[in-house]
Amino acid sequence: MTAGRRAPGRVAVHVLLWGYAVVALLPLVVMLLNSLRPTSEVFTAPLGLPTSPTLRSYGQVWTDASFSTYFLNSLTVTCGAVLLGTAVSALAAYPLARYDFFGNRVLGAYFLAGLMLPIRLGLVPIFYLMDSMGLIDSLLGLTLLYAASGVPFCIFVLSAFYRSLPGELDEAARLDGAGEFRIFGQIMLPLVRPALASVMLFQFVPLWHEFLYPLVLLRSDEKFTIPRGLSQFFGEYTTDWSALFAGLVLATAPLFVLFVLATRQIIAGLTAGMSK
Amino acid sequence: MPRWRVLAVFLLPAFLLYSVFIIYPLVSALDYSFFEWRGIRQAGFAGLDNYRDLLSVYPYDQQLWRAFAHNGLFFAGTMLVQNTVGLLFAVLLFRYGRGKRFLQASFTTPYLVDPLVVGYLWSLLLNPTFGPVNALLEAVGLDSWALPWLGDTHTALPIVILVNAWQWVGFPMLLFSAALASIPAEYHEAARVDGASAWQAFRRVTLPLLTPAIGVVSVLTFIGNFNAFGLVYAMAGSTGSPAGSTDVLGLLFYRVAFVEGGVEAIGRSSALAVLMFVFIFGVSLLATSYFRRRERRLV
Repeated sequence: MTAGRRAPGRVAVHVLLWGYAVVALLPLVVMLLNSLRPTSEVFTAPLGLPTSPTLRSYGQVWTDASFSTYFLNSLTVTCGAVLLGTAVSALAAYPLARYDFFGNRVLGAYFLAGLMLPIRLGLVPIFYLMDSMGLIDSLLGLTLLYAASGVPFCIFVLSAFYRSLPGELDEAARLDGAGEFRIFGQIMLPLVRPALASVMLFQFVPLWHEFLYPLVLLRSDEKFTIPRGLSQFFGEYTTDWSALFAGLVLATAPLFVLFVLATRQIIAGLTAGMSK
Repeated sequence: MPRWRVLAVFLLPAFLLYSVFIIYPLVSALDYSFFEWRGIRQAGFAGLDNYRDLLSVYPYDQQLWRAFAHNGLFFAGTMLVQNTVGLLFAVLLFRYGRGKRFLQASFTTPYLVDPLVVGYLWSLLLNPTFGPVNALLEAVGLDSWALPWLGDTHTALPIVILVNAWQWVGFPMLLFSAALASIPAEYHEAARVDGASAWQAFRRVTLPLLTPAIGVVSVLTFIGNFNAFGLVYAMAGSTGSPAGSTDVLGLLFYRVAFVEGGVEAIGRSSALAVLMFVFIFGVSLLATSYFRRRERRLV
């Protein structure tokens, strides 16, 4: 750490940090390795490595335990919700940030209140609301709910971005006779595109992980999202550990891939907003 | 086109979606909590009866305080372990040379994993018969430590706290790292010139300047811990096994509302939701204003 540090102290720091890196990563490595070997091996040699790695458990989990269905449902609901939530927020944040109209501040505060409200505590009324609309056990119902839950955060971030755009842009366009929607669609929206990508990614993660809503609102196996399906699966496959580990890997892998692909995009999106 | 129509096109979709699915349910929860319920039918105004029942009717009178105490321990344990270790890592990594980025990335990796997956993963790893954790303990000669960690009422909650810390420790570490980077180097040089030891410099210079970051981390930890659900559900089921030793408010709310609430479920679970909201929101506000005042005294 500091320059005048004695050697034993420095060694202790190295041991502590690299030792903890092992603690942080090893459980995930064990999860991956155990998914690649049969359950009999997992049981007889808990600390062993796969002797002949096999993807058999993945095949089993993907088809027999209907993870293919869960995966598709999660993808549909999460992507649908992220697109819908971002779209309505991109529209709403624009006048909140750039128009001066009666009630602007109140409406802005109304949307931002959602950032601080524990929205899951409305679960019981949500259940009966969905019931009255015939949206229990429905992917559409879940999509609408997820989309709504992203609105406060999206409006918060996007209105900051709209506000940072210079006022001459729309004044010039207005003088040239462009309508409000044209100004929005052809000038403003393309300029906040990096921010749109970031808010979409930030919504994606918690929605992909959401468990309580699907636990309560979904009933049938063919509608389950991955977390809901996983909780079902852990009840049914209790003794087939290789399959359980494979299920955990399948639930985790998409976000790792997404993050490896998107990290640059997030950083680019955030810094683009800051430099303006 | 009149201006209000332009505004409506921009604002109405988000307004409707947000009002119907977020605000209406929350307001309804408050409303429901003041009524007596027979199944899904309202049976008259109940005043504060639902609240009183939660505090006095068996089994809620016992479960509510127990879950509340567990959430309190969860928070205290997380502050003590996760956030202290996070601060330690941030300080140790601050001027660390080669490998710094790799270490930061490894420490933060677990928080990309779904809490539910983390819970299931560790319940397999900690399995007393086939779990690799106990196998490892036996392999290094710590046989007496190879215990059924999640099956014992004394160790289950501490283990849940440690597993949660394993997942989130990267978060305080990153926040504290950013805060450390913003402290001007001259402050430390001045302290050293005045003859302060490394510990004194940390205690008297660094730590007070970290007050804003400590405030943010504490409040977010508090909110996160009092809303815990997925991780505990995966490790201990909806009843917080063994014998309710890991039961928390999130699980209790789910059970009262959808599992064992009976005909009174709607009123009582709504009352519980309101109590949780008032407590979590109130404490967060108080804590935030407390840390703001501490911050101002620094300047």
